[in-house]
Amino acid sequence: MSWLIDLYHWFVTTFPTLSMALGLFLFPLLPLIIAVALYVWWERKVIGWMHVRMGPNKIGPLGLAQTFADVFKLLLKEVIYPANANKKLFLLAPLWALIPAFAAWAVVPIGPHVAWSDANAGLLFLLAMTSMGVYGIILAGWASNSRYAMLGAMRAAAQTISYEIAMGFSLVSVLVLAGSLNLSDIVAAQAGSKGILDWFLVPLLPMAVIYFVSGVAETNRAPFDVAEGESEIVAGFHVEYSGAPFAVFFLTEYANMILISFLAPVLFLGGWLSPFPASWGFLGAPSWVWLAIKAFFFATAFVWFRASFPRYRYDQIMRLGWKVFIPITIVWVFVAGCMKYFGWVTTGA
Amino acid sequence: MSFQLICFYAFAAVTVGAALAVVTLKSPVHAALSLVLTFFSTACLWLLADAEFLAIALVLVYVGAVMVLFLFVVMMLDLDLDPLREGFVRALPFGLLVAVVMLAEMLALIGVRSMDLQAPVDPAAAAGMSNTVWLASALFSEFLLPFEVAALILTVGIIAAIPLTLRHRTGIKAQNPSRQVRVEARDRIRVVKMQAEKPAAANQETSAP
Repeated sequence: MSWLIDLYHWFVTTFPTLSMALGLFLFPLLPLIIAVALYVWWERKVIGWMHVRMGPNKIGPLGLAQTFADVFKLLLKEVIYPANANKKLFLLAPLWALIPAFAAWAVVPIGPHVAWSDANAGLLFLLAMTSMGVYGIILAGWASNSRYAMLGAMRAAAQTISYEIAMGFSLVSVLVLAGSLNLSDIVAAQAGSKGILDWFLVPLLPMAVIYFVSGVAETNRAPFDVAEGESEIVAGFHVEYSGAPFAVFFLTEYANMILISFLAPVLFLGGWLSPFPASWGFLGAPSWVWLAIKAFFFATAFVWFRASFPRYRYDQIMRLGWKVFIPITIVWVFVAGCMKYFGWVTTGA
Repeated sequence: MSFQLICFYAFAAVTVGAALAVVTLKSPVHAALSLVLTFFSTACLWLLADAEFLAIALVLVYVGAVMVLFLFVVMMLDLDLDPLREGFVRALPFGLLVAVVMLAEMLALIGVRSMDLQAPVDPAAAAGMSNTVWLASALFSEFLLPFEVAALILTVGIIAAIPLTLRHRTGIKAQNPSRQVRVEARDRIRVVKMQAEKPAAANQETSAP
């Protein structure tokens, strides 16, 4: 084994940039794909229980291997190109959706300054990457040469851009309080001796709600899934996709959901900080386990919403985004500014 | 040759190639996508120069929002390409002239900059701050008035754009959400007390055939 370790050290020291790029590629990619597979299983299980069904239970223990079986089926299926489709863009679209979704993970911290890129402008980078994802949907809709796909793409583009504004403004109030764009610093600003009372959830509760709801809308999930809208436009933007490209769209959607589930705790729920006061010893110590628990809660909330709420009508989505969320967020930026200026909230330990 | 320099040449090559593709590609959708690539690789170049805020803001604003709407319009319009391509040939001499003038200006600028021998210092690094923090403190203290004026002009622009495109249509059936919320059950439904069954009439026994 030792020669393998030697080889590894030689590789890392000889090609530092290449090995870092390789690690960057492997680290978020492989665990994320496995997480997505388990998340899909968990979604089907939870929705099954909410419908008083069993959910997947045949393949593997508890049906855990069901998603893997589905993925292999999709990968082995034939890719069908619609007549007169723009073939190049048709294949580029799923990749253009997938790559920003994975690139965004570069700045997500799982501990104090434990991230692939502990960038100063981490939050901006995240916003930039999530705003790139909509290209995949638009291109898929246009390149498919299909009416339903085009309708889905139009809806997705308008919805994503609208909710990006609300999301951006809700993040501005986080920035005002934290005074930094670095995600680790934002978590550090929520530290304190009082545990849960020091989190941004308390002064920014409306923003936390708006952030998560906008996140649901950004990922085109129920009840905001008009871009897919099975009962109206079949499957929306990916109606013409089959086989591996469809699997890529599927992967993107769930990777984005997991990303939002990680960001909501980092921005509002103190990331890896414990909800209990620091004086509680073991329970009060920060740990990545807290982050995992919080992220799991939000990931489950996505599924919970999907099984609970009927789909919004399109004009209601636009009204909620533009006439409700954006005014509230703008007012709360002002409130957060007052909190900071008059010292109503203390940030940092 | 440092890795950074290799990156610079690679990104610069992509930027120039994509910018050329914007004006030469046949399909307007492909041209718009090339413009996206141009913006993105320009952002990469700015990142190499440690201008992280500007680089990411370029991706966020131009790639993430402006070009999405742009691409959208291009996709919805079914453009007739042939007259456009005739125009390309006719406008070529004028375009070349503009390009030559711009090149001369740029060369002049580079010449002026190279005359003062001191290399420009990165003010953010000199102040020991990150690019974003330095930019924010400069923008909101030293340049507050120009910043506010720019914001005002943009707001006026938005308001002006809305009346230009706003058309009042008559006879549309719009919903009033606040009225919908105020509705109570008794406005919509009337509960009537009545017997669940009609009593069977007395001597009306029908005999089965």
